[in-house]
Amino acid sequence: MSFLQRPGAGQLPMVQAEAVHKSFGAVEVLKGIDLTVQPGEVFCVIGPSGSGKSTFLRCINHLEKIDAGRLRVDGELVGYRESGGLLYELKDREVAERRRDIGMVFQRFNLFPHMTALANVTEAPVQVRREPRARARQRAEALLERVGLADKRDVFPAQLSGGQQQRVAIARALAMEPKLMLFDEPTSALDPELVGEVLDVMRGLADEGMTMIVVTHEMGFAREVGDALVFMDGGVVVEAGHPREVLADPRHERTRAFLSKVL
Amino acid sequence: MADGDRLNEAAGSVGRPAPLPIRAVPVRHWGRWVAAVLVLLALGGIAWAFAVGQIDWPTVGRYLFASVMLQGVGNTVLVSVGSMLLGLILGVAFAVMRLSRNPVTSGVAWLYIWFFRGTPVLVQLLIWYNLALVFRTFTIPGVYSAPMSQVMTPFLATLLGLGINEGAYMAEIVRAGISSVDHGQTEASQALGMTGGKTMRRIVLPQAMRVIVPPTGNEFINLLKTSSLASVITYGELMRSAQNVYTRTLQTVELLFVASIWYLAITTVFSSGQYYVERHFSQGSAVEQGPTPLQRIASLVLSVRHARLPGGAR
Repeated sequence: MSFLQRPGAGQLPMVQAEAVHKSFGAVEVLKGIDLTVQPGEVFCVIGPSGSGKSTFLRCINHLEKIDAGRLRVDGELVGYRESGGLLYELKDREVAERRRDIGMVFQRFNLFPHMTALANVTEAPVQVRREPRARARQRAEALLERVGLADKRDVFPAQLSGGQQQRVAIARALAMEPKLMLFDEPTSALDPELVGEVLDVMRGLADEGMTMIVVTHEMGFAREVGDALVFMDGGVVVEAGHPREVLADPRHERTRAFLSKVL
Repeated sequence: MADGDRLNEAAGSVGRPAPLPIRAVPVRHWGRWVAAVLVLLALGGIAWAFAVGQIDWPTVGRYLFASVMLQGVGNTVLVSVGSMLLGLILGVAFAVMRLSRNPVTSGVAWLYIWFFRGTPVLVQLLIWYNLALVFRTFTIPGVYSAPMSQVMTPFLATLLGLGINEGAYMAEIVRAGISSVDHGQTEASQALGMTGGKTMRRIVLPQAMRVIVPPTGNEFINLLKTSSLASVITYGELMRSAQNVYTRTLQTVELLFVASIWYLAITTVFSSGQYYVERHFSQGSAVEQGPTPLQRIASLVLSVRHARLPGGAR
C-alpha cells in the first residue's frame, strides 16, 4: 500500500503543517515541521522527550502560538485569518470556537476535580454549545458507558484510578463531537497495568474512523492501530511512513538508536 | 518439605498458643500534671480577681439584651456583612486585574492594593466621613445631585471605608487562590472551547475557593471586630451603643463586657458558618468528608432512641 492511497485521500487534509516553527525564548523547539494528516487516519508521533512532539500537538489547537510557517486544520489556518495577503490574529472567542471541534486528551488527565465524572463530561456541551442539560446528560451517560464507566458517573476524579480518569477525560473530549482528537502521551502517567484499558478505548475510537493524532511511547499501539507514523527528534521530522515499516525497518540512524532504546 | 515448614512458621500461630497481650507500667508524665495544676491555679486567680473586683455583674446581665445593645449588634452584623460583600467583589475584580497581561490594569490594581493596605483603616474611615470637606456636593451629571454631607451618612462611610479596605486584602487572597490552581485546568477548559471568562468562572475560581475560603473567614472575623472603629464616625454599631450607655451611666467596664460578649457570640456563629462553606468547596478533594457535627449529633440522638425503643415498647 502506497503512502498516498489511504482512506480519505483526495479530500481536504485534516491537518496540514508547512514549515512550522516554534521557539520558547531563545530555544527553537520546532524547526520546520511538514506533515499531513488525512481524515479518518490514526497518526502517531514518536520521539525522545524534548523532541518537540508535544509542542507540535499543542500548536494544532493553538495552546501554543507558532512563530513561522502555516498550520491548517480542515483547511482553516490555526489562530489566524488570512485576507488580502495579510494575517490577522483571531480573537479569543474565535480561537475558542475553532477549538470546539478538536478534542484533546492530556498526559495528566486534567479532569475538573470539583465536578463528578458526569459533570466533567456535560460541562462543555452545556456551557460552550448551550446544549439543553437533559440532552447533554443523556449523551454523557452514553459516553461514560462507552468507555466502560457507567457506574462511576457520580464519583469525583480523586476517587478514580489513573486509567479511569483518563477514560473519563476521553469521554469529556468526545462530548463535543470533535472531528479531530489529539492525544498527548495519554498513557505515560499511568501504572503499567492500567495502560491497556485506555488503549482499548482509543482502539475503539480508531475503528469508528475518528481522526486521531497520538503522541505516544506505546509502540505496540502505533504498530497495530496507526495508519501513519512520524519520528521526531530535535524539532524536525526525521522519518515518516507506515508504522509497521518504520518500526520494523527504520532507515535513519537516529530512528534506529531511539527504537533500540524503547523497544 | 523444609520450605513448607518455614512458610507455616512465617504464616504465624498455627497450633501455637496466642501470645499474651502486653501489660506494662506506663510512663508517668509528672510534668503534665504539674503544668495542668499551675495553669488551673493561674486561671482561678484571674477569675477570682474579677469576681471580687469592682464589677457590677447584674448590670452586665441587665444590658446584655437591652434594645440599645441589640440595635448595635444588628448594625454591626449589617455593616460587616455588607463590607465583606463589597470587599469580595472588589477583591475578585482587582485580583483578576492584577493577573492580567494589560500593564495598565495590573498597575492600577497594584496601586489600589498598595494604597489601601498601606494606610490605617481608621484614617480611611475618617476620610470617607469627612469627604464633604473635599466635595461639597455629590453629583451624577444629569441624574442626581445632593449635598455630600447628606449622601455620606455614617453607615455609607463605614461601608465604603471597611469594604474598600477589605477589598485590597481580599485581592491578594484571591490572587493567591487563582495562582494555586494547576495550569492544566485552564488548558483543559480552553481545549474544550471555553473562553477565558468562562474558564475563570466555571473552572478556576471554584477550585481557587478551597484556598480562598479559610483566610477569608479570618478576614471576616477581623472585619467584624474592626467595625468597632466605626464608633469614631458615629455609626451606631455595637461599640458605639456601649459607649452611648456608659458615658451616661459611667458603668464603663460593665458595658465593655457586654460588648465583648456580643462580639464573641457573633464571631462564634460566623466561624461555624465558615466550616460549612469550606466543606462545600472541598467537594471532590481526596479527603473523605465525614458527617458534619450536626449530623453526628442527629445520628447519635437517633441511635440512642433506637436503642431505647425495644425497652420502651415492652
